[in-house]
Amino acid sequence: MTRKQRRLTLIGSAGVVLALAAGLILYALNDQIVFFQSPTDIVARTIPEGSRIRLGGLVEEGSVTRGDNARVSFKVTDLEASVPVTYVGLLPDLFREGQGVVAEGVIGQDGIFHADKVLAKHDETYMPKEVADALKDKGVWQGEEKPK
Amino acid sequence: MIVEIGHYALVLAFVLSLVQSVVPVYGALKADNRLMATAAPVSGMLFLLVGLSFAALTAAYLSSDFSVVNVFENSHSAKPLVYKISGVWGNHEGSMLLWVLILVFFGSLVAAFGRNIPDVLKAATLGVQAWITAAFLAFILATSNPFLRLLPAPAEGQDLNPILQDLGLAIHPPLLYLGYVGFSITFAFAVAALILGRLDAAWARWVRPWALLAWLFLTLGISMGSYWAYYELGWGGWWFWDPVENASFMPWLAGTALLHSALVMEKRSALKIWTVLLAILTFSLSLLGTFLVRSGVLTSVHAFATDPARGVFILAILCVFIGGSLALYAWRAPALKQGGIFAPVSREGALVLNNLLLTAACVAVFVGTLYPLALEALANDKISVGPPFFNLTFGPIMVPLLMVVPFGQFLAWKRGDLLAVAQRLWAAFAVAIGAVLVVAWSQGVEHVLAALGIGLAFWVIAGSLSEILSRARFRDVGLATGIRRLAGLPRSAWGTVLGHAGLGVSVLGIVAATAFQTEAIRTLKPGETMTISGYDLTFRGIAPRRGPNYVEDVAHLEVRHGGTLVSELDPAKRVYPARQQPTTESAIATYGFSQLYLSVGEVRNDGGVDMRAYYKPLVTLIWLGTLVMAAGGVVSLSDRRLRVGAPKSGRAQPVPAE
Repeated sequence: MTRKQRRLTLIGSAGVVLALAAGLILYALNDQIVFFQSPTDIVARTIPEGSRIRLGGLVEEGSVTRGDNARVSFKVTDLEASVPVTYVGLLPDLFREGQGVVAEGVIGQDGIFHADKVLAKHDETYMPKEVADALKDKGVWQGEEKPK
Repeated sequence: MIVEIGHYALVLAFVLSLVQSVVPVYGALKADNRLMATAAPVSGMLFLLVGLSFAALTAAYLSSDFSVVNVFENSHSAKPLVYKISGVWGNHEGSMLLWVLILVFFGSLVAAFGRNIPDVLKAATLGVQAWITAAFLAFILATSNPFLRLLPAPAEGQDLNPILQDLGLAIHPPLLYLGYVGFSITFAFAVAALILGRLDAAWARWVRPWALLAWLFLTLGISMGSYWAYYELGWGGWWFWDPVENASFMPWLAGTALLHSALVMEKRSALKIWTVLLAILTFSLSLLGTFLVRSGVLTSVHAFATDPARGVFILAILCVFIGGSLALYAWRAPALKQGGIFAPVSREGALVLNNLLLTAACVAVFVGTLYPLALEALANDKISVGPPFFNLTFGPIMVPLLMVVPFGQFLAWKRGDLLAVAQRLWAAFAVAIGAVLVVAWSQGVEHVLAALGIGLAFWVIAGSLSEILSRARFRDVGLATGIRRLAGLPRSAWGTVLGHAGLGVSVLGIVAATAFQTEAIRTLKPGETMTISGYDLTFRGIAPRRGPNYVEDVAHLEVRHGGTLVSELDPAKRVYPARQQPTTESAIATYGFSQLYLSVGEVRNDGGVDMRAYYKPLVTLIWLGTLVMAAGGVVSLSDRRLRVGAPKSGRAQPVPAE
């Protein structure tokens, strides 16, 4: 092989690897990302069944009920609409009624949101950012409470 | 008083770093020995001053001096001693101070041990590194001063965020920073070489030990962080593809690529331009990570405080350093001479492929981490890019990389013989196929992907071991001579084997723990039993307990396997009264390399307690593998050819192809 051929082989194989990687990334970006939705979005729009979403809002006061074997149901609200959620597992330490929460999962045919992941805040002054922004957009909540 | 001395030392360090930024670099350009000679002592002084400053802050923490805002906000007089110390870097200001401390520490290491580095390059490197020091000291003094006073002083502090009160978290940031910041040296070397316009194979030899040192700390830091998340967050996961984790993982991928390309540059004088670019990019990714974590762009446990001024300041530092160094690169790199040529099938070719795949993987992680931020900024759409994205992109890129690892070790420099290598790898291949068959047969065909993954892990482990065994030539020379040969091999050969085998061990743990994990969620009342993977967990009750700065409810469970008591687990729910913050303390029992993981949730009104148990086969191999990798780094670093500060060797001699 001449020097030129060698260089071409090198550039060619680099191109192939990078093109494959770029293809993978684009495909995954189309298919594997999860959109954040507020309860209003979910009630207003029909979301294709089985597509994963992140539902964020406040845990509705008085909506938390517990079933057998660590099953728990609650409603997520943005004070305009609310969506019933069911989850099996341990809730995060800072899960509270009236506090911000993000649940990830799919909407079932029954209109109940089946969460497989529930995230709350990391500490007592932090509200999940996406929830805070969504609530601010709706004008129902005015930013961070004062840290105690 | 001590606090003011710390503050003053920091100001002095800033001024001195400005001097250091100019004088040695100017001296290097003008070949003025007197100016260049200032670089080493000034580096030492910078380290002393920042060290003094850090010691002053630590003293304020130890004496619980709540007249310092930083101490008041992050400490508590009842906090155990070790967390008083780790509290120093468990907050934004203190962790930035640690960042700079490690920066100047590396600078002084180069000054002290880089005796074989030519004076011109050393002076310019220390000068360039001082630019970074000056920028970050300005950042601390202007926006994140840890020495601010609070008057009148409160009687009690607000305590450190409880999930940070953990031994893992005490060690994780220093290790991670040693890695992150360590790459500032390779960056400074690259920029200095571009400024001086001189770049040869010897450059790679001087740079490689520093890259290796930074890489090994970064490896340990990431691994430690992962183990911490695993046992402290109580979710049972060890990697979440969280942006903050990715922020540390990207420099690791780029740094791993850098280690390999610097090898090609050192031995064959090829890939020079690429290696310099990688050195710049690796530290750029470290800076990006610092920005992501420290600016408050991401809300996470790492974002201690959000203050827009800080974000803008770090962003400015980021733009100046990344933009500036890349512009310098674009301007100077074309003038560099290209080095040795090689056939596509050769050690160099394999290392190029390694670099391509690592870079592609790094790009995938980069896109997945920054795309949501970009989309939110540009289109106000909120999305989350989670594990599915990374499994689909990062995973497939890693598979070919793992497949070529053993080939790369066997291939000769310049021109390799693929067929001959394949013949020498048949034993490793047989081991891998055997592993696939055993797993597929014992676990069923539905686990075929996991079986292939485990086969790949064995392929990497057996492949790297067979390289070193083939060098011993046991069959030709007998056992005793073979062992002597093994002992006589250069340490760097052992480093390679350990690094690669460690990777294989980690992959084995990852595949096994992901594919064969079992999970059980139950609400148990005292006396009741749940079963998971053959282990019976009997709940004996829950009782309150008091710790130094927390109270907790501790559940007690007995674990039986085949009727015999094998361990007792005490998972707990803790509350730290100073912050009114609850945390979950999981309980873990280790059996061989596998673990039983249990966390408790809510206590119900009827006395039932929610419990989540996982059985994670071979999960500890994930972290043990990284320890083996890091051990490889240590062994390699101790090689006499690489030793930092080793006497000058005949560097002009061409290295024979092995």
